[in-house]
Amino acid sequence: MPEPTVFELSVAGRVGVRFPEPDVPCAELPAALLRDSLPMPELSELEVVRHFTHLSTLNYSIDKGFYPLGSCTMKYNPKINEDMAKLPGFADIHPLQPIETVQGALVLMYRLQEMLKEISGFSAVSLQPAAGAHGELTGVLIIRAYHHARNDCARTRIIIPDSAHGTNPASSAMSGFEVVNVRTDANGNVDLEALKLLCDDRLAGLMLTNPNTLGLFEQNILQVIEMVHAAGGLVYGDGANLNALLGAARPGDLGIDVMHFNLHKTFSTPHGGGGPGSGPVGVNESLAEYLPGPIVAVVEEGDDENAPLYGFVMPEHSIGRVKAFFGHFGMMVRAYTYILMNGGDGLRRIAEYAVLNANYLMARLKGVYNVPYTRRCMHEFVAEGCWKDVDIHALDIAKRLMDYDIHPPTNYFPLIVHEALMIEPTETEDKQTLDAFADVMLKIAQEARETPALLREAPHNAPTRRLDEVKAARDLVLCCWFPEQ
Amino acid sequence: MNIPVDLIYTQGDEWSKIEGDTATVGITDYAQEQLSDVVFVEFLVGVGDVVEKGQQIATVESVKAAAEVSAPVSGTVTAINEDLPQSPELVNKDSFGGAWMIRLQMSNEAETKALMDSDAYAQYVQERSH
Amino acid sequence: MFVPHTEAERDEMLKTIGVEQIADLFTDIPANYRFPSLNIPAGLTEMEAAAELQELAQGNEPAGELISFLGAGAYHHYIPAAVNSIVSRGEFLTAYTPYQPEIAQGTLQAIFEYQSLIAALTGMDVSNASHYDGATAAAEAVVMAYHHFRGKRSKIVLSPGVHPHYRATIRTYMQGYADFSIAGDHEEGCDPLSGTESLAERIDANTSLVMVQYPDFFGRIYDFTELVKTAHAAGALVAVAVNPLSLALLKTPGDFGADIVVGEGQPLGIPLSFGGPYLGIFATKKEYVRRLAGRLVGETVDQDGRRAYVLTLTAREQHIRREKATSNICTNQGLIALTSLVYMSLLGKHGLRQVAELCYHKAHYAAEQINQIPGFSVCIDRPFFHEFVVCCPKPVAEINAALLDEGILGGYDLEQDYPALQNRMLVAVTELNSRHEIDVLVEALKEITHA
Repeated sequence: MPEPTVFELSVAGRVGVRFPEPDVPCAELPAALLRDSLPMPELSELEVVRHFTHLSTLNYSIDKGFYPLGSCTMKYNPKINEDMAKLPGFADIHPLQPIETVQGALVLMYRLQEMLKEISGFSAVSLQPAAGAHGELTGVLIIRAYHHARNDCARTRIIIPDSAHGTNPASSAMSGFEVVNVRTDANGNVDLEALKLLCDDRLAGLMLTNPNTLGLFEQNILQVIEMVHAAGGLVYGDGANLNALLGAARPGDLGIDVMHFNLHKTFSTPHGGGGPGSGPVGVNESLAEYLPGPIVAVVEEGDDENAPLYGFVMPEHSIGRVKAFFGHFGMMVRAYTYILMNGGDGLRRIAEYAVLNANYLMARLKGVYNVPYTRRCMHEFVAEGCWKDVDIHALDIAKRLMDYDIHPPTNYFPLIVHEALMIEPTETEDKQTLDAFADVMLKIAQEARETPALLREAPHNAPTRRLDEVKAARDLVLCCWFPEQ
Repeated sequence: MNIPVDLIYTQGDEWSKIEGDTATVGITDYAQEQLSDVVFVEFLVGVGDVVEKGQQIATVESVKAAAEVSAPVSGTVTAINEDLPQSPELVNKDSFGGAWMIRLQMSNEAETKALMDSDAYAQYVQERSH
Repeated sequence: MFVPHTEAERDEMLKTIGVEQIADLFTDIPANYRFPSLNIPAGLTEMEAAAELQELAQGNEPAGELISFLGAGAYHHYIPAAVNSIVSRGEFLTAYTPYQPEIAQGTLQAIFEYQSLIAALTGMDVSNASHYDGATAAAEAVVMAYHHFRGKRSKIVLSPGVHPHYRATIRTYMQGYADFSIAGDHEEGCDPLSGTESLAERIDANTSLVMVQYPDFFGRIYDFTELVKTAHAAGALVAVAVNPLSLALLKTPGDFGADIVVGEGQPLGIPLSFGGPYLGIFATKKEYVRRLAGRLVGETVDQDGRRAYVLTLTAREQHIRREKATSNICTNQGLIALTSLVYMSLLGKHGLRQVAELCYHKAHYAAEQINQIPGFSVCIDRPFFHEFVVCCPKPVAEINAALLDEGILGGYDLEQDYPALQNRMLVAVTELNSRHEIDVLVEALKEITHA
């Protein structure tokens, strides 16, 4: 039975929450400005709790099982993070309170900025961007501001490798740049010959996802960066895959000029069914003045008796605000807690074991699933979800995994691998979980030959069967029924 | 794969039917198959508009992909297929007939010479299937 | 800390891979840059970390422990216990974007219901699955209007009564759009408190969008029907930035004929949390649905014909359209949208209206009391919702410093964003402010003028 919607459950006259009667005289309501009716559901508290509890049971989640979703870094989200973000001292402070009343929050933000700088090798960080793609937009606008400040306005192109994240082209286009693609060579690196042809005085920058979406570290990274710099361009680092580099390499040291972090991937803040994320941006020294603000700084030095006073400053030639207030503070509390608990050594351990887990799974699967790029992977790898001798697609394998209570890997991305299955186990999964997944994958490969219909019809045990996506797009029912106003 | 012999083709998988100085334009059977179920067609030009060869004239969306349709030749738009936005599935069912997209009065008929005939297009499709 | 492997397991895995040590897996990183030492203190246990975070939290004075009259785009409201209980469930919290609909119906139906409630609340046909916050939703509305006219109309008319952060965000977002211009807001020299007439004058054939706020940043309620008519006559679209809670009481932007509604969803059960994460509301008319950026959930059926939900119209989005997509937005505020949905479901038709009315009555009581204090006056000449501008006899910063000594969080100092509005305080009152608190504020303000 599908779960009814809140409107279908609604019964006229039912009340979920009561509020006190006014303790002040009632003012006259502006009759001409009032709405006629309010078509909202009417439910008891218990009905609401049951409705959403029931809905929650229809979800797969990290708390429930293995979630090897490539490039999404579905690691365990420590529970302490949630408790800390809910402390009234964090959850109940207004963003416009006088800075003297929010020093704890400002210290936390300042320390997080410092830690992200140390982890990445950048000179300055703004915590404002709300998500990864928002960080990309911010970074590309910073690149634009840099060139414009130098009166170098003819630089209109951004190069994006075909192994980059899917959001990169749109982020560049939104910032007014022309997008030029560069291909990947047989080893999974940026094709240097192709890149060379594009390095001219029209080049504003290159957006590099490293490790790329094949899970491979760019072997010519120093050369790529040098070529772009020599042509007068800047290098944007897509930090979505930073989990593989924690304590292993600092993008700023390698010469990357600007990068976003995904606190919701690398630093364990929960994905929440699609957000909120958090996408701080780090830059090298020459770009610091363009960062979006305000950002946290010491506004009055301390002395032996007094702690320094933290406050907000706007970088000198800031691109401006990219959102209201200061960013997703609640996510910053979680990420800060996580970094504190891991410490420097713990961060390196994260990268080491994320890479170990991915290479282990690749070793266990590569005989049965074709892995087109076989060199050592970093935190993830891409296999082909198809075989020459059977008519089975990556989608069928993905859906069949659901029957074994495992979340499917990312499929059909990256586009440069045929029928891609992009597998990222993360460091928080133990060997038993990885082995169980590998065993199921091998079993599915066998089923593909022996009982292919089982895959094509999958899932069989999930809350629903496969959905009619064509009907959804053609009929476009985007709201449930609700009473007429 | 259906590739009618009386049409001419572009590398962008548009077909054109030439009758006098009029070109009727649509997307090929191969294109609709690559897109899978089409759910949306939008015209970017209207009757009376002058279009250049290569200019985008329509957008076609399926559940998993989007494609831009370009004018194979230059000319003035004399008709657009008003049925398509309401019935985008026509693109899948009848790509060479009911799913024609626009009609152009050509301004430079010589441009048709640069387009592929059915044999050349069949080979072009074949090459990409590998 | 959260890595479970034993040494024996690690060695076994290395053997399967065929390397001797973990460092061998990192040889693609140039040697000089490999394994830098990080100057970050050693890791803490959960107990130690919790103590440190609690200490930082204690370095803040929560709005709930002060008497707060601070609003200006983020409001202190009561959040029923059931809201937090539901949204803390790991099944919601630790799920990813519902790309695999068969095992994500919980998230998908919740977003579908959220879209439905937002459409109903705003009087629009469709809502998306949400944007980052009110400011980014406002900026996306500008981008949407720009693309609606295919870049041929390069100007917007922007009310100075739209939140200053939203206006700043719009300016940032539009940096890459050639010839784009903004008319009407005070950055262009207009009177910050001017009404709709001065906006109407600026609408022309090059205007893609007119954006107003409702209630506006100063708390005022306008009927925008005439402005919408003027804009539509010029062929322009109209976007209204709303406080969704006020719509439990007020006419909807849909009633005015608005084309787009954006807004900050924070008042719908979202904690203040020092400014985020909040909720960007974005709703529009049916005819513009394909120009709507961000995720959308649609109803469909599964193979057995059972009703189910799925992300739809994804071919508009960045991962398919790439550089031709009109927005790069990828995530939505999933968990926050869910939070607002649970809040709206719990309060329902009666509770939402009750909270909106409580805010209204208490704000009007406060305005009346403050207006009687010698030296203070409420400088607002039209209906307002729960926020209003007070003309003060002294700089607001001075008054607020004195109020804070009394444990009162004063209103927003408008001079920060509007240099012309010296000595003007924006006071917000919600259902959480008791009559007693309002009286305490009034007494404190009287004291200050005497001092």
